[in-house]
Amino acid sequence: MSIFKKIFTAIRGGATEVGESIVDANATRIFEQEIRDAENHLTKAKRDLTEVMAKQMQTSREVSRLKEEIETHEGYASQALDKGDESLALEIAEKIASLETEFSTQQQTLESLNANVSRLKDLIKKSERQVADFRRQLSVVKTTDSVHKATAAITDNFVSGNSKLLNAKESLERIKAKQQNYQDRMQAAEQLQAEQGDGALEAKLKAAGIGEEHSSASSVLARIKAKQ
Amino acid sequence: MNIHSIAQYLNDLGESSVTGHYFDCQPIAGDVEVLQITLEGREELPIFVSVTDDQILCITYLWGEDEVRTERRAEMMEVMLEMNMPMPLSSFAKIGDKYAIFGALAITSSLSEIEHELAVLSDNSIDVIDDFSEYLI
Repeated sequence: MSIFKKIFTAIRGGATEVGESIVDANATRIFEQEIRDAENHLTKAKRDLTEVMAKQMQTSREVSRLKEEIETHEGYASQALDKGDESLALEIAEKIASLETEFSTQQQTLESLNANVSRLKDLIKKSERQVADFRRQLSVVKTTDSVHKATAAITDNFVSGNSKLLNAKESLERIKAKQQNYQDRMQAAEQLQAEQGDGALEAKLKAAGIGEEHSSASSVLARIKAKQ
Repeated sequence: MNIHSIAQYLNDLGESSVTGHYFDCQPIAGDVEVLQITLEGREELPIFVSVTDDQILCITYLWGEDEVRTERRAEMMEVMLEMNMPMPLSSFAKIGDKYAIFGALAITSSLSEIEHELAVLSDNSIDVIDDFSEYLI
């Protein structure tokens, strides 16, 4: 059963009473442990892979070394035959035979190591996907639980605070009224500013030729001259 | 990210908020820590924030099942599904017998992203109640 189906069933099943846990805490802990185990296995598999790959490289080197040696000895054997030394050639041939036996053993080992490496790589990839999927499922479970508990806390808070969640329409009306009130106040303030503001009064006074004259360079100069 | 650093950030914002809102944060005690956030002038529609292992959940309750006009309930739900994608950053949800909208953020989100999320969620909640009022008592 998928995790969504499980949660769906739990919610439908009536575990929606506030304070009642939808998710079995013990099951969650077990699940977390399973994820940790899977991660440990993954770490071990990666270590194994490293070792196997090291062996693979060693064996591969050994295989090429044997191959070269066989070729070299084949050269020696034909040289011995050229010189007509049949018994030396036979001795070299025996050496080649034993080298070939070792070569085929090492070759087999290498093939089995290659298979192992690709198997381990597959396994690691699969495990990584699985761990990621487990983590996602755990997140679903924990979030469900958290939302449920948060709802309980919020509801408790409203009960203990003796306040009640307002009806949606009432809330909206109140908010709109506040916004309207704020806008009205802003508008009124602007009007007041325009009507009674210093700007308007000064303009009127100036138009009527009343009020202080602004000091200008010419008036300052006139004053200094008068003092002299 | 935890609810305390979110509360600290929002309370310190004051006038420097880029979203143009004043935020007030009150932690609520319980099994899970929840932060109740109100935007000035919108105290009736608080936002509840909780932080889990990998995400930050911001929830606003819209209305209860008892506020829905029974005969138009199915139509309302269909409109919710249709609205779910066009609505920026928020999605519809149902918790117990209450309808809600919520936004989920990655735990790695920045504080200014969270602030933006909260402002949009609040705007959405007001618009949604306005637009859905025909389905409500």
